[in-house]
Amino acid sequence: MAKFNKKKSGDLPAISTASLPDIVFMLLFFFMVATTMRETTLKIENKLPYADQVEKLDKKDLIMYIYIGKPQEAFQGQYGKESRIQLNDKFADLVDIKSFIASERATKREELVPFLTVALKVDENANMGLVSDVKQELRKENALKINYTTRKGDISQNK
Amino acid sequence: MAKRSAPEVNAGSMADIAFLLLIFFLVTTTIETDSGLNRRLPPIDDTEVTPPIIRQKNIFTVLINGRNQLMVEDELMELKDLRKAAVEFLDNGGGSGEDACTYCKGKKDPKSSDNPDKAIISLKNERETKYGTYISVQNELVAAYNQLRDRRATELYGKTLKEMEANYSDVNWIGNKESLKEKIDRVKVEYPQKLSEVQ
Repeated sequence: MAKFNKKKSGDLPAISTASLPDIVFMLLFFFMVATTMRETTLKIENKLPYADQVEKLDKKDLIMYIYIGKPQEAFQGQYGKESRIQLNDKFADLVDIKSFIASERATKREELVPFLTVALKVDENANMGLVSDVKQELRKENALKINYTTRKGDISQNK
Repeated sequence: MAKRSAPEVNAGSMADIAFLLLIFFLVTTTIETDSGLNRRLPPIDDTEVTPPIIRQKNIFTVLINGRNQLMVEDELMELKDLRKAAVEFLDNGGGSGEDACTYCKGKKDPKSSDNPDKAIISLKNERETKYGTYISVQNELVAAYNQLRDRRATELYGKTLKEMEANYSDVNWIGNKESLKEKIDRVKVEYPQKLSEVQ
């Protein structure tokens, strides 16, 4: 009977992990291609509303972002719970929009300035009052091209 | 000297390095949302020009109040009915003579808009209105325009406006882009997006 229990060593053979780096690299490349660097650190809640009639924004470098929303919990002690404007990395007031637009325009080539678009990234729970004020401010600065940034989806998901 | 083979480099930590990079990219990047509803704000006009008189029947007022309820033409309305109402208003074509609309398929009600060129949708909101609701309403109104434009484009050229625009921006598309642009513009002129956001 010794013929049959020849290979009974008891240990499981080790699974080769040689292809693990390849798998991880594949994931890495996917994320590198599909995502973009986060340019600003959000200090506000920014849950965008849904819409399905959206148009794609091209020319990433010609977009100015204005964020509006309730301050995140860490900042609520300092800034309260009402919706605030965030420009670049800090909280801002309505009067700061003017200088923000001017500084953004200064960084672009002159012939591209008319194509600058303002993307309004507004939290779905924000009040329209603040948004209207921002829009009025943009009109004063003659930055008339705006885009209400939304997520793609059915509007019934807007609560 | 004895011939020595080069020692093999241990690649066991390669996975760790790749994981480190992966986690770095996961943390520092976002999947960007870069689509939305494009709008053009009206410029501030300081000159004292009397605005052109627009007849009441050519204006479709939509008001969203602070409790996110919709009032359309002085009547309460549900959000789901808005698109249909807007299409009916825009496509009414009740004008006669110079204002007649040859391509409208509406009811030709003399009490509603003359033609799509004259029809204006006026969107009002209160300060307490929630942004999410506002976007829903904007979306429905844009959808109404898109629906009419698509219908007209299919009628004229057998393609929806979306397909035509996709072709226009596609570098591999074979065909005359200039005439395509003219076609797109024609549809857009026939159903111009006249959506005014009142402050």
